[in-house]
This record gives sequence, C-alpha cells and structure tokens, in this order.
Amino acid sequence: MTSIDRALDQEQLEQSKQATAQENEHDEAGNSMFGFVIFLLSESVIFLSFFAGFIVYKTTTSDWLPPGVEGLEVREPAINTVILVSSSFVIYIAERYLHDKNLWGFRFFWLLTMAMGSYFLYGQAVEWQSLKFGFSSGVFGGTFYLLTGFHGLHVFTGILLQGIMLIRSFLSDNYENGQFGVEATSLFWHFVDVIWIILFVLIYVWQ
Amino acid sequence: MTQIAPKKLPIEADSHEELLSWRRYFSFSTDHKVIGIQYIVTAFFFYLVAGIFAMIMRGELITPEPDLVDRTVYNALFTMHGTIMLFGWMFPVLAGFANYLVPIMIGARDMAFPRLNAVAFWMVPVFGIMFILSFLVPGGPAQAGWWSYPPVSVQNPTGQWLNGEFIWLLAVTISGVSSIMGAVNIVTTILRMRCPGMSWFKMPVFVWTVLAAQIIQLFGLPALTAGAVMLLCDLSFGTTFFDPSQGGNPVLFQHFFWFYSHPAVYVMILPVFGIFSEVFPVYARKPLFGYKVVAVSSLIITGLSAVVWVHHMFASGTPGWMRMLFMFSTMLISVPTGIKVFAWVGTIWGGKIRLDTPMLFALGGLINFVFSGITGIMLSSVPIDIHVNNTYFVVGHFHYVIYGAIVFGLYGGIYHWFPKMTGKMYYEGLGKLHFWLTFIGTTLNFLPMHPLGLMGMPRRVASYDPEFAFWNVLASIGAFLLGMSTVPFLINMVSSWIAGKKAGDNPWRAIGLEWLLSSPPDVENFEELPIVIAEPYGYGKSEPLTENMG
Repeated sequence: MTSIDRALDQEQLEQSKQATAQENEHDEAGNSMFGFVIFLLSESVIFLSFFAGFIVYKTTTSDWLPPGVEGLEVREPAINTVILVSSSFVIYIAERYLHDKNLWGFRFFWLLTMAMGSYFLYGQAVEWQSLKFGFSSGVFGGTFYLLTGFHGLHVFTGILLQGIMLIRSFLSDNYENGQFGVEATSLFWHFVDVIWIILFVLIYVWQ
Repeated sequence: MTQIAPKKLPIEADSHEELLSWRRYFSFSTDHKVIGIQYIVTAFFFYLVAGIFAMIMRGELITPEPDLVDRTVYNALFTMHGTIMLFGWMFPVLAGFANYLVPIMIGARDMAFPRLNAVAFWMVPVFGIMFILSFLVPGGPAQAGWWSYPPVSVQNPTGQWLNGEFIWLLAVTISGVSSIMGAVNIVTTILRMRCPGMSWFKMPVFVWTVLAAQIIQLFGLPALTAGAVMLLCDLSFGTTFFDPSQGGNPVLFQHFFWFYSHPAVYVMILPVFGIFSEVFPVYARKPLFGYKVVAVSSLIITGLSAVVWVHHMFASGTPGWMRMLFMFSTMLISVPTGIKVFAWVGTIWGGKIRLDTPMLFALGGLINFVFSGITGIMLSSVPIDIHVNNTYFVVGHFHYVIYGAIVFGLYGGIYHWFPKMTGKMYYEGLGKLHFWLTFIGTTLNFLPMHPLGLMGMPRRVASYDPEFAFWNVLASIGAFLLGMSTVPFLINMVSSWIAGKKAGDNPWRAIGLEWLLSSPPDVENFEELPIVIAEPYGYGKSEPLTENMG
C-alpha cells in the first residue's frame, strides 16, 4: 500500500465517521419531530372527545339555548377565523425565510404570526365579554366555554412557543444545525388552526 | 449519542463499584436502566400501600356486620385500593419493565428522550403521594369508586374546594400526563432506535407487546383526560355536563371513562403476554411457537380494544343494537388472545421444562389467565352480564386477570430479569415459597368471589347477608395469605441484591440481546451497536444472534 493510498483510506474513514456523526445528529432531530407528531395525534383525541361530547349534547338536549339567548353572533368570530387561518400561511413564509437563512425575513413574518395569534385571542376575549351566558349556563354554556377556552389555551401556548423561538433566533448559532423547535412550533400552529376550523363549524355555523 | 451523556450525574463514573452505587436510584438520572428500576421499586411501594387497604377491606368482610371500619372509610378504601393499584402500581411498574428492557432488547443505547423519561418517572411519586395524602383532607379521599361515576363523584359533601375527589381528579390527570410522556418516548424508541438488522420480525415479542400497549395509551388516555376535565368543571366550577336535571348526561362520562379504561386492561396485560412469551421459550428450551402470529396478534388486540368499551355499560340504558354490537366485538377479542394461549402451550409442549421461579409464575399466570378468559367470555354475553352486573362475579373476574395473570407475570418477569438488573442471583427456595403462597392465596382469595357473585352478593358493600359468610371467610384468609406472600419476596429481593451470589451474564442460558450484555449492563449498554442476523428464540438451533457480539 502506498502512502497516498493510506492517506486516501484515512480520508475516507474520516468522512464516513463524519457522516455517521451527522446521521446521529439528524436522527435526534428526527426523533424529536417524530415524537412531537405522535404527541399531537394523541392531543387531538382530547379535542375529538370534546367534539363528540358536543355533538351528543347538541343532538339530544331538549332546551339547548339557555333562556334569553338567541344564538351566537357569527360575524366577529368569522373575521377572527380568517385571521387565524391566514396566520398559518404567514408562519409558513417565515419558515421558508429561515430555510433560506434569511433571519430578518424569518423574524418579521414570525412576529407577524404572533401578532395575528394575539389578535385572535383579543377578539375572543372581546366576544366572551359581550356574551349573555356563562360557563355554568347549562351544557350550552359549558361546552361553549370549554371548547373555545381549551382551544384558546392552545393558541396561547403556541404564541409562547413562538416567543421562545424568536428569542432563540437572536442567540448565535441556534439555527445552524436544523431548526426542530421552529418546525415543531409551526406544526403545532397548523394543528391549532385545523382544530379551530372544526370548532368554528360545530359551534358557530351549525346553530 | 451526545444526548445521553448526563454530565452532572454520578452514572458517568467509570468504575464498576460506583456504577452499582445505590445513590443514583435517588437522583434525576437519565439512564433508562436506572429509571426502569426506579419505576419498579416506587410502584412496588404503592402496591404494598394499596394491598394494605385491600386487607383492611377483607378484614371488614370476614364478618357480615360492618364492625371494623366506618362505611365512609370503607368507601374510601375500595376507591383508593383500585386507584392506587392501577395508577400507582400497574402503569408505573409496566413503564419500568418497558424502560429497562426495550432499549437493550432492540439494541439501543438509551430511550429516544432520556430527560423526558426522567421527568415522566418523577411524576409518579408526586401523584402517588397525592392519592395517599388525600386521606388527610376534610371529608376524606374520593369515595366514588375507581371509576368515579357522576352523580356520586360530584356530591362534595364538605362543600370545600379542596376535597378528596378534587385531589383524585388532579392526581389522575398528572398520572395521565406522565403516561403520555412515557408512551411518546417508548413508541419513538421502538420505531426509530432499533439497531442494524433489527427488523420487525426480529424483535422479541415483549417489544411488540409494549408497542401495542403504548399505542393504546396514546389514543385512549386523552379521552379519560377529557372526561376528567369535564368532571372537574362539574365538581368545582358549576357546570352541568353530567347533571341530568340541568340537561347534562351522566352516561357520557361512562363513555369517556371506559373508552380509555377498558383498553387500559390491555395496556396492562399486553406486556405481560410479552413476559410470558420471553419466559416460556427459555425454561422449555424451545423456540416460541408461532412467533410471527403471536407478535402480530398483539397489534390486533390494540385495534379491537378500541371498539369494546360499551360492554361495561350493558346495564347503563344502552340500546339493544349497541349491546349486540359490543357483545360481538368483545367476544372477538378472545381470538387473538386465544392464539397466544395456544402458542404458549405449543411452546411448552414437549419441551425440556425447568421449573425455576420465573417459569412457575408464568405457568401459574397462564392457568389463571385461561380461567379469567372463560369468565370474561361469560361476562361479555349480555344476559349473563346483566344478571351478575355489579356483583362479586365481576370483582372475581377482573382480579383473576389483574392479579392472577398480570401480577403473576410481573413477578415472573422480576425473577427472570433480576440477575440481569442487579448482577446477583435470588434465592430459589424463597422464590418457590413465594410462588406457592401467592398461588394458593390468589385461588383462596378470588375463586370464592365467583360463587358469591352468582349468589347475588353486590360489590362495594361493608356488610352483607350472613348466608354469604362462608365464601367471604375463605376470601379473607386468601387475602391475608397474599399479604404474607410479599414477605419472602421482599426478603429475597433485598438480601440477594445486597449479598446474593454473582449471577453471571447469562444464568438462564437464554437467547436475546440483553443476555449478551454484562450483568448489570454498562451505562451505554452496547460498546458497539449489535448487528442482528437471526430471529429471536433460536433455541436448539445453535445459530448466532448477532454478527459482532459472540
């Protein structure tokens, strides 16, 4: 074996070692994403249970609306829905910018998503204040506040996660080796969005 | 594997002496083997606590009159007995087995998420102690039975916000969060951390059954959580979800509850099926009969488990068509479980049987399981179910499953892997004594419950008609025998762990990745990841299991 051959062998060995190291690194991020998807699937069963409960109540309760309540106003929640659903596209744009290593583009659209989410929560708070029924106004009031409240809690969690990811983007080297946190937060945001669409149809459209 | 290098922890110690140090079992360790043993030992503590509750109950029932404890105390005792046995003992001890065994059986260095693993474990003592401390709040702990049905569970007679039921709901929710963390971790580990060559049909059946069980946790537990949240709102925040006078529907809670809590039985028994499948081939010196069918039938049980829950509600005003549907689906479950039973019998058949303690427990567990399976088929039939609904027949049936089959399997598993976990060998004589005490105690305790139920003795009562006295005395003697049976077990475990003779790496001459490791295994399990080339259970074939590990 000549010395050049040996050097080449050495180089190949080094390369393969690096490849394995990268694979491991990749695997850990892959594991995290895989686990997170499983978690979201599991979490969705809580919502499914609430939805199933809502449908049972809605179809079997004789006096569905509490006395003095005509129904729910659809206009404001519809605007809110449009904003939340659009924010799913905005967060996708933010992710693309990060993918292209454009951190400022990422931060701008990421912050915009947070603003839209916050506006959604604000709109919901305003709606809650204007309502003439409370949490304990029969199963109508109970399911309404349970569903919107539990979903709102998820929106709030999403905004918190987004805040953490935004702060992390200012710390150096955080998004060099993959960005599992950003991808997971974004996936969570889409999840919250889809849940809201089902919820909106069930509660507001189907009256 | 940078993830699993916990810099602050004593397990980084390189000397073997320090590896064996007991201190790491009290630390926030991220080593799956330490966490596994933490789970098992903590769970055993709660098993003893709930077992003492059971013996107080049997003490009460040894005479027909309510003379030992107050009736409300009795209610609290049966509620907390069931609750702590399931949430404090069963789920944690099985999580412990899965934690310890799955990574070394699939050739991984640790679980996929070691820190999440540790967090999930440390929730166990928290909610377990919450259950116990709820005896101290005014009005005592929850008294509505382990299923916590409204309207009984939302009575709150003391009127305080901090009441037993409130603590119960909170603790059950924490237990649920811990179990979901565990399930996400275990499923990810099994699906993504297998070593080279470890294809689906090279995985030991234990890994298959753990996977099948943890999938149930993922789709079932959230339903219970949803029901628990709604019940908490009814109890503490004035909603009327389950109050029929305000338009609520109490049966809906039963649906939420059983949608999880029936499959939960499979969460518990599937890994025990796995333990049986590991133990029988070793002590019969034969490959597992029908390995692939046994493996796949676990996932079939997972699928069917999602569509049987209403058989707990045949007497809850369930419409006729629904009863028929769920009676049918429930009977279907006996097909995949029957396949397993025949496979185990086929494994033992004509084998070179060694009756060591693990084998004794597995055989005892198998016998008890067949018996409980037969009463299970009886109960799935609507007419019989309605006749014996809420009687001791039901209590006898599920104790045969949970104690007779599951706890036997767990004891068998503990004895089988004890040499691997500790590096020491237990005392065989004490083990055999433990087995016979347990087997006789189980039979005496739970068999008389069947005639009692058929005679019409209702469950959850502190006093009863004197005509039931004979069988109750027998059951109580059996219960005290079971209590005593833990004494030789504890003496055996503690003394042989401290001063037992060295076990060696493979005392059973068993085939499996875990038996190629040292006893106890090193922190990172495998020096070099194994390359698996053979199916498991290659007894009598004299082929190597891996390419690179001897």
